[in-house]
Amino acid sequence: MTSPLRLCVRRSPAPDAEGAATLVTVRLPSDVACIEEAVELVTRHCLAGHQATPKTRFRLQVVLSEAIANAIVRGNREEVGKCVYVRAELFTDVIRVYVTDEGCGFDPSVVPEPIRPEQLDEAGGRGLYLIRKLVDAVQFNEQGNSICMTLRRP
Amino acid sequence: MGFTESRDATGVVMVQVEGQLIVGNRQELKELVQNLTDRGERRILIDFSRTGYIDSSGLGALVSISKRIREMGGELRLAGLNEDLRSLFELTKLDTLFAIAETPQQALASF
Repeated sequence: MTSPLRLCVRRSPAPDAEGAATLVTVRLPSDVACIEEAVELVTRHCLAGHQATPKTRFRLQVVLSEAIANAIVRGNREEVGKCVYVRAELFTDVIRVYVTDEGCGFDPSVVPEPIRPEQLDEAGGRGLYLIRKLVDAVQFNEQGNSICMTLRRP
Repeated sequence: MGFTESRDATGVVMVQVEGQLIVGNRQELKELVQNLTDRGERRILIDFSRTGYIDSSGLGALVSISKRIREMGGELRLAGLNEDLRSLFELTKLDTLFAIAETPQQALASF
């Protein structure tokens, strides 16, 4: 069976204007069953040729899984026909990953922190909080349908 | 990804999480534990010794499972979390909600 994921890796011998030597893009359908494979593909290509610590690999796997799940479930509302786009720009000292959905977007500033004692028993609401804790920087586009996560390589 | 279920000599049911616990399979784990409680099991251990990573949906599923077992008068233990997995529980303060043991053996002894 053919994978529904579409992967493109561009490795250039010289870094581009911003200094990114490698660009990894993956397009996946709005199907949560595709998340694990997409995470493994992007992680493998992001860390190829670098001595990544297990902690860096773990953090990348968790935040990718989290951001792609948010994009599929909350952004695209699992609508068939809508896709999620992952774009990883690889620098010598930094990995920058964009995850973009085709939804309306949301306002990340109104998402409450989920660690107050009265909220611990809630099943949801930890995704964005976890991402913020596990990467070095998080940014959203104006529409709120694209997250940019930056991890420094150790 | 998958879950395997076993029972020790004292009657504790151990569920091992193999691979990831994420949005794609968290419902399967919730249903597995629900089946256990429906058939009267009250002492359940979830072992993460063979787990890669967990996302927030997986953590949320564990919160729901914990609540259900508590409501049924049962006990839940978690065990086998490596340093990275444990950090997810610490960052989200869920280490204060769950009884977490270093190893499955220690968890079994604590029931």
